[in-house]
Amino acid sequence: MSGHKPEKDDVTGVDTTGHEWDGIRELDNPLPRWWLWVFYASIVIAVIYWILMPAWPGISGYTHGVLGASDRTNVARAMDQLHAQRGKGAEVLKTASLEQIERDPDLQAYALAVGQSVFGDNCATCHGPGGAGGKGYPNLRDDIWIWGGTLEDIHHTLTVGVRSGDPNARMSQMPAFGRDGLLQQSQIDDLTEYVVQLSGRKANAVAASRAAPVFAEQCAVCHGPAGKGDPKVGAPDLTDNDWLYGAEPADIAGQIYNGRGGVMPAWGPRLSPETVKALAVYIHANAGGQDK
Amino acid sequence: MSLWKHHGKFERHSLLLVIGILVVVSIGGLVEIAPLFWLQSTIEKVEGVRPYTPLELAGRDIYIREGCYVCHSQMIRPLRDEVERYGHYSLAAESMYDHPFQWGSKRTGPDLARVGGKYSDGWHVDHLTNPRSVVPESVMPPYAFLKDKDLRQVDLGKKLIAMKRLGVPYSQEDIDKVLVDVEAQADPYSSDAVDLRKRYGAKVVNRDFDGDPSRVTEMDALIAYLQMLGAQVDFSTYHPDQTQNQR
Repeated sequence: MSGHKPEKDDVTGVDTTGHEWDGIRELDNPLPRWWLWVFYASIVIAVIYWILMPAWPGISGYTHGVLGASDRTNVARAMDQLHAQRGKGAEVLKTASLEQIERDPDLQAYALAVGQSVFGDNCATCHGPGGAGGKGYPNLRDDIWIWGGTLEDIHHTLTVGVRSGDPNARMSQMPAFGRDGLLQQSQIDDLTEYVVQLSGRKANAVAASRAAPVFAEQCAVCHGPAGKGDPKVGAPDLTDNDWLYGAEPADIAGQIYNGRGGVMPAWGPRLSPETVKALAVYIHANAGGQDK
Repeated sequence: MSLWKHHGKFERHSLLLVIGILVVVSIGGLVEIAPLFWLQSTIEKVEGVRPYTPLELAGRDIYIREGCYVCHSQMIRPLRDEVERYGHYSLAAESMYDHPFQWGSKRTGPDLARVGGKYSDGWHVDHLTNPRSVVPESVMPPYAFLKDKDLRQVDLGKKLIAMKRLGVPYSQEDIDKVLVDVEAQADPYSSDAVDLRKRYGAKVVNRDFDGDPSRVTEMDALIAYLQMLGAQVDFSTYHPDQTQNQR
């Protein structure tokens, strides 16, 4: 590039900038008018925005703008509108008892709709989208309930959780018979046969009979002398051939050895009381909920 | 307008142009960034927000190291759908001890600002080990190796010192007891946990996060961190409709 004196271009009659690149010179045209006016308009709009909306920080605060706009007020208003849209069902749900909700078809339909959407977001992560559960996560579609399957039981379990750290949480702890050295490995192997036999499957009868006194001494306290379990203390039924941690003898032996117990968070502190009610109704209705 | 004539000087002199750009950008920066350092109204006054315990801080560093923030945000925006799904919108106070903050905007996975307490420790172990074992449609990569890696603890004290220099109120005692605190929080039967709670707050839990009581692994640290996310603020004492909390 070399400098020239600005001169008039012969063809267009416009001044040049005086720059030259390899013989190419640049016309010194003014900015297009439309562009210039858009630019000025942007500046004006910015000033209007400063006046209307929160904009300038200062020493001890910031300018709030004459409209008083606030994202947080807006979201509060949007939530109010949402609650208004949900209509009476949401209000009734707050006061109605669980039985009332199940008896009133309209209210139940409403609770089921709420329950389904809340289940998908909060419960499905562990119990599966349909509630069928998985290894370590109880199936909510069958008739088997570790902590009881009545509406009240389900509602209570939802509210306080299981081993959740909540002061009222459902608590049970199976001892780790192997890890903590309470039983010998041979005793655990015999017990496994005994438990397999309890569930109505073929097992080594000799080993099972060896384990009978051990079961009576160690296991019957919670699982009952016949192994039928007790939902009051969260002891699973061992005779139904439904297994939280796997049906194989190795799985059962592993459970006796380690005494695992899952954790379910308490939903009382996290969800609103009416949401927990709706969830209880949903789970009770969709699973083989017990009536009493 | 004669002012426009001076513009020619900037156009013709590159050094002058660079200086001019610096001046203009600095004004923007000063006006937008500088006030945040003294404006008291930026951070809400809330109860419950505390510095991370050493184990949680280590977990946060693993969160950053593994790039969790690439797919997960930690910022619930004040929008209806987000509040409905994730809970109360995030407050500035909730990330005041985060250096750097993990707000993010990329959500391949869900927002994690309030994931603390939503799932059990066992679920986190299952999910981090093999995400598809619990969420079949998940595209998250597995992080099973965290279970097998002992947590590196030698530099944790220095991390606390670094955080303190950035304004996080760790006491000298916190820094001195860093190794005791780590062991205490990962051990459900620890007697040192009482002291840990005395300094960091009553809500600090000591558990065996990864289900392996024999040692403190990176899985312990990461789950300890995840389980406290968004669970600190006592919202019963926070009033979003007060003028100083509006923005």
